[in-house]
Amino acid sequence: MKKLTVLSPTAILGYGFPKQSFLDGLTHNPDVIGVDAGSVDPGPYYLGAGVSFTDRAAVKRDLALILPEALKRNIPVIIGSAGGAGAHPHLDWNREIIEELAVEYKLHFKLAVIPADIDRDYLLENLDKTSALGPLPELTAETVKEAEAVVAQMGWEPFVDALEQGADVILAGRTYDPAVFAAYAIKLGFPQGPALHMGKILECAAIAADPGSGRDCMVGVLDEEGFTLFPTNPQRRCTIKSVAAHSLYEKSNPWLLPGPGGALDLSQAKYQQVDERTVRVTGSKHVHAEYQVKLEGVRLAGYRTLAIAGLRDPILIKQLDHVLQEVRAAVQDNFEDAKGYNLHFLTYGVNGVMGELEPTPTPGHEVGLVIDVVAPTQEQANTICSFCRSTMLHFGYPGRISTAGNLALPYSPSDIKAGPVYEFCIHHLLPAEPNFFKPEILEVGK
Amino acid sequence: MRNVAITELAHVVRSKNSGPYELTFDIIFKDLSCFDLAVKSGIFTPELFASLYKIPVQDVLGVIEYPPALAIKATIVRMRPAGSVGETDVYGAQQHAPLLTITVPVEQGE
Repeated sequence: MKKLTVLSPTAILGYGFPKQSFLDGLTHNPDVIGVDAGSVDPGPYYLGAGVSFTDRAAVKRDLALILPEALKRNIPVIIGSAGGAGAHPHLDWNREIIEELAVEYKLHFKLAVIPADIDRDYLLENLDKTSALGPLPELTAETVKEAEAVVAQMGWEPFVDALEQGADVILAGRTYDPAVFAAYAIKLGFPQGPALHMGKILECAAIAADPGSGRDCMVGVLDEEGFTLFPTNPQRRCTIKSVAAHSLYEKSNPWLLPGPGGALDLSQAKYQQVDERTVRVTGSKHVHAEYQVKLEGVRLAGYRTLAIAGLRDPILIKQLDHVLQEVRAAVQDNFEDAKGYNLHFLTYGVNGVMGELEPTPTPGHEVGLVIDVVAPTQEQANTICSFCRSTMLHFGYPGRISTAGNLALPYSPSDIKAGPVYEFCIHHLLPAEPNFFKPEILEVGK
Repeated sequence: MRNVAITELAHVVRSKNSGPYELTFDIIFKDLSCFDLAVKSGIFTPELFASLYKIPVQDVLGVIEYPPALAIKATIVRMRPAGSVGETDVYGAQQHAPLLTITVPVEQGE
C-alpha cells in the first residue's frame, strides 16, 4: 500500500521548534514538509496594516533550519498564509526572508509564489454571488469599497499546479490550512478525506499530542485507508483523546469542517492507539460541494490612543461606575461636535475581561483602568484620551479624601498612541474555480 | 439527587474564538462515566448557555455532544467581531468563567 510522510515542524511559522525534534522528523524521510504561516486569530490588525504578527527574526530562524535541510534532500516545502495574514504585503515580506536565506546559505531552487488577494472590482461585479459565512450581514458594495484588504483562502489545487510546474518551495498567501499538508498527497491520488483530516491536525504541529505544544514537530503518515500520527519529541505522545479532541479546537462543529470545494466529514472517523505514542485514524471523508472560497476582509475603524492607570483609593473604587459615568458625560460635553469617536473604559479587577457578562464584578483593593479611545484621526484620539485622562485624574467625587490625584499612572508619557485600528467586515463565501489562484514561478539563488 | 461541580467531572473547561464571529466552548470530561453523567443530566441545552452568557437563545448556534473526546461543545454568536472597537479579549480565550459555575445534578450514589 502506498504511503506518504508529511512533516509539520511548528503550528505557525515563527513560533519555533526544537532543532532536535526537526532532525528526528527528517529521519522518517518525509515526502513533503508543510508549515502554516498565518491565522485570523490575532485579530484584524495584521491584515489591515499589512504587517505580520510573527516576528521576522523568528520566521527567518525557522526557515533557516527548514529550507537547507529540505532542499538538500529534495523534499518540497509548502508554506501557507504567508506573513501571518496572507495578503500581498505579507507575501512579499515572507518572500524577502526566503531570498535572504538563499543568499546566506547558497541555495538555488524554484520558488512558487501564490497570491490570495481579491481585487475589489472583481468582488463588486460578483457581489450577488457572495453569502455571509456566519452571523453577519450579507455583503454590500459600501463594505467592499471601504475594505482595506481582502483575501480568499485557497484550497489545494494551486499547490498541485505549483508542484506540477516543478516548484521546490511554495509560498502562498491565505490558505485553507489543511491544503498545505494535503496538496502533495492529493496530487498523488491519495483519498481526500484522510489527506485533509491529517492536514487539519498537522497544521497545528504537536498541539494534538499530549502534552500538546504549538512549537514542536508532528509527523503524519498517510496511506490509502487512513493515516497515523506521532510527535517526534519522545516526551510527547499522541493518544486517541489528544487527537480526537483536536477537532474541537477553535471550531464550532467537530463533525463537519467546511472548506473550499466541500467539507470534511468526521462522523465516521475511528481512532486507534497503535502504540504508546502513535494514533491511527480511518474513516475520514471529504464530501463534495460547490466550490466556494472564504473571503476575509477588514476596514479601518479609526485610530487609537490609550492610557493605563491603577486605582487604589477604596472610596473611589466603591463608586467607580458613577465616577466613570460622570467622566464620560464630561467628555461628551467637551467634544459635543466631534463625530465618530468611541470611548471605552476597561476596568480590570471588576469586569475588564468579560465586560457586562462578568458574573462576579466585585472589585478588590485596586482596579486597573484602561482609557481606550478610537477616533477618526490619531490627533483626535490623542486629544480625547488626554482630556479624559486628565478629567479622571482630577475628578472630585463625593467623599474624596485623596485629593492629589485619582490615578496611578505607570508611564510618562501616560497616553500611548496605538495607531490604526481595523475591524473584520468581510467573512463571506464566493463561488470560484479551483484554479482561481495562479502560482508565479521564480528561480531563487544562483 | 446531588449537585456536582463541573470541575469535579471535567478536566478542561475553555473558550476560544471559532473564526471572528463565533465563540466556542469546550467542556472535556475526565472519563466516560463523567461524560455519561453529564449527558444524562440533560442540563447542557442552548437555554443553559443563553442564560450563562445573557444572550437570546437564538444566539446559541449549537450544543454538540462529541463522544470521541468525551466533550460537550457549545457555540455562541460573539458580542462583536473579534478585535473590534470595545473588545476585551481578542482570542476569546478567557470567557469561560460562567461555565465554572455549572453544577450537574447526579443521582445519589453515582
